[in-house]
Amino acid sequence: MKKIFLSISIITCGAMILFYGCSKTIEGRTDNAPALLPSNTDVNAGAWKPILLTGPTEFAVAAPIATNTPDYIAQVSEIKSFQANITPEEKDIVRYWSAGAVFRWNEILRELVARHNLPPYQNADGTYPVPNANNPLAYPQFPFANPPYAARAYAYVSAAQYDALVAAWYYKKLYNRPAPYVVDATVNVLIPKSDLPSYPSEDAVVEGVTTEMMKLLFPGDQDFIQLKAEEHKHARLIAGANVRSDLDAGEALGKLVAQKFITRARGDRAGAAVGTPAIWSQMEQDCITRGETPWISQESPKRPPMLPLFGKVKTFLFDSTTMVTQIRPGPPPSTSSKQFQDETAEVKYYADHPTRERMKAIDFWADGVATVTPPGHWNDIAAEDFLKQNFSEVRWARNLALLNMAMMDAAIVCWDGKYAYFNPRPSQVDPSIKTLTGLPNFPSYISGHSTFSAAAATILGHILPSRANDYLGMAEEAKLSRLYGAIHYRSDIEVGFDCGKKVGNFAIQRATTDGAE
Amino acid sequence: MWTINKLLTCLFILVVMLPGVALAQTDMDAIMMNKKQFCQGITYDYSSWNQYWEGTYKRDNANLGTVSTQMLMYMPNYGITNNLNVMASVPYVWTKASAGTLHGLKGFQDMSVVVKWRAYMKKIGQDKLSFFVLGGLTTPLSNYVIDFLPMSIGLGSTNLSARGMVDFRRGNFTVTGSAAYIWRSNVKLDKDSYYDTELHMTDEVQMPNATQYQLRTGYRGKYLIAEALLTNFTTLGGYDITKNNGQLYPNLRMNATMVGANIKYTLKRFTNLAFVGGANYTVAGRNVGQSRAFNVGAFYAFYFGKKGKS
Repeated sequence: MKKIFLSISIITCGAMILFYGCSKTIEGRTDNAPALLPSNTDVNAGAWKPILLTGPTEFAVAAPIATNTPDYIAQVSEIKSFQANITPEEKDIVRYWSAGAVFRWNEILRELVARHNLPPYQNADGTYPVPNANNPLAYPQFPFANPPYAARAYAYVSAAQYDALVAAWYYKKLYNRPAPYVVDATVNVLIPKSDLPSYPSEDAVVEGVTTEMMKLLFPGDQDFIQLKAEEHKHARLIAGANVRSDLDAGEALGKLVAQKFITRARGDRAGAAVGTPAIWSQMEQDCITRGETPWISQESPKRPPMLPLFGKVKTFLFDSTTMVTQIRPGPPPSTSSKQFQDETAEVKYYADHPTRERMKAIDFWADGVATVTPPGHWNDIAAEDFLKQNFSEVRWARNLALLNMAMMDAAIVCWDGKYAYFNPRPSQVDPSIKTLTGLPNFPSYISGHSTFSAAAATILGHILPSRANDYLGMAEEAKLSRLYGAIHYRSDIEVGFDCGKKVGNFAIQRATTDGAE
Repeated sequence: MWTINKLLTCLFILVVMLPGVALAQTDMDAIMMNKKQFCQGITYDYSSWNQYWEGTYKRDNANLGTVSTQMLMYMPNYGITNNLNVMASVPYVWTKASAGTLHGLKGFQDMSVVVKWRAYMKKIGQDKLSFFVLGGLTTPLSNYVIDFLPMSIGLGSTNLSARGMVDFRRGNFTVTGSAAYIWRSNVKLDKDSYYDTELHMTDEVQMPNATQYQLRTGYRGKYLIAEALLTNFTTLGGYDITKNNGQLYPNLRMNATMVGANIKYTLKRFTNLAFVGGANYTVAGRNVGQSRAFNVGAFYAFYFGKKGKS
């Protein structure tokens, strides 16, 4: 009996140690990302080719006050007064933002996408409500940040950041105002020092342009966005990196540049991409007229197809003629062909023979509801690699803009193909096919994941050639995961991949001529 | 030689939570096996739901129809002494949705080992009062997918549980109450980032710990046991499913209150053999399916030592 008591005591003690000894706190890979220390400040980036701006001086930035004026000295004193009362929370904020303005706002954007990537719940009569940008907080909240919406959001934010930073770099070189810690050596510096001129502040430029773009794209989240913006600007002050006039000038420039992109966004036809019941049934009818089996929603109640007119949205990297003549995929195998039957049988095989390895690929690349979407996933992949590259903020923005314009254009090409052909999903033509991931509510051909991933891998391989093969491998896996998941035929993923590569090559074309290489 | 003996005790309750998320509880009754008795059994469990709580909002989903979980479980149980038993379970689970396109999954789920110690027993006239202390470990037997709820077969965490139990018996009437604290390890997704209420740049999911309470009462005779059960499972934290969000992670706030009944019958002529059956119904919940569960099973006892006493 004593022995038993002893062993029970040991077990209990062991359990207690496990209970209290194991910390369950989780840490994200980028929670403690190192402070950005550019290996090259790209001091001549003011000469890089902007995307929408006519040139870096399209929006004027007034000359800064001299660093020996009482006003400037007062601004330095402001920094010092913040630093005298700095709290541990403020130090954390400085550390968080020091990883990079473009990087952190990209992460915040991904979070907004994931938060809003929820398909609306049906009405009582079996129809579905559509989110309303003018009433974003009413259910269903605006936006439904599905993959095309997200691809477009990432592209606009990145492209606007890039243009704003090109302009900022121009004025930095022009005015050449040193950082406060250079002017006054008694200012503490909580981030790595840089010899980049500090007026206008690149961080405030990014903050200004991004908050404006985000308020357009996620109008219901203004409070959240504004909180981040204030935190960001405050971090720059208490870090001793900028005086208030650096920030004010930067933020104002960012907001002006944003207006140019907002104007483009309002006219890019994305607002009409939902279509109308007449358009949806016309697409179905056209498919029947061609002698093919049309796509039918397999959701219950039947949900209208996702953004059928997204293929009409204005592209960034090429014009619509180029898209139709050089990139648009040819038709899929006829639904009555032998090839179609064979490809359906292949899908059925993967549906019924899941291996753990294939399930891992399916889950890893699923990027479905309530996630950052496939474009967001590629932003994460890129961002974590860029963190190791010590890019300047302007090069960060340029590289993400290339990536995200490529993926937005990939979305447009892909959605154009999907609704040009209106091809049914494998589980529609063979109901015995059960899917190993969520079934997207739009036509099958061509695969979105394959198009996005090939476009992303192509441009990323150009930006970081040493990783080119890895990116290609990832894109291959992403592509195959959709066949393994039993939601796409072989033709969908192969042709999607080819189209994505073509889009990626247009991004490379721009990369080689934008003055940054 | 195996000698035929009296009642042998193996009674198992299956608390089926979300689809494919079964908690095999072998540790909530007050019945002990005698020293050197060994018993093993197989049970089959069927649980299904067609309504679930999305947070606190109860709904159905025509894209899932009825989600069912079936489980086949092997359960050995051994009496180290009259007051110290060890029991284990090895379940094989498969899931299915009756509507929509989602494929079911199957595989070995979580093995469990429980040590049960009757720490105190006192007879007061006709009445008998006992206290028990139990410690349990459950851990996945395979690297099954946890990213595909509700079709996943489990939540993937390794759990340690500590349970205290008190049993009162007057004649054949019994009341048993128990309370358990369940420490649940973090789990790893196939994804390398996820959003629950914020974006996490990691594959690791922090699992909330949980408590479980049970009250059971009924008839405990020599050959027949019949009891009514009230069970509550509550996670200490976790997040709510947002509206119409089909992407679920294992760190949900999963609460459930269930009512049920258990029956066990030991053959009079051949007391090595016993049959069990049970049912459970979820009356209230949060982020779980409103499941109806049924189970049946058979147990066979071996006596390695001297004849046990009841």
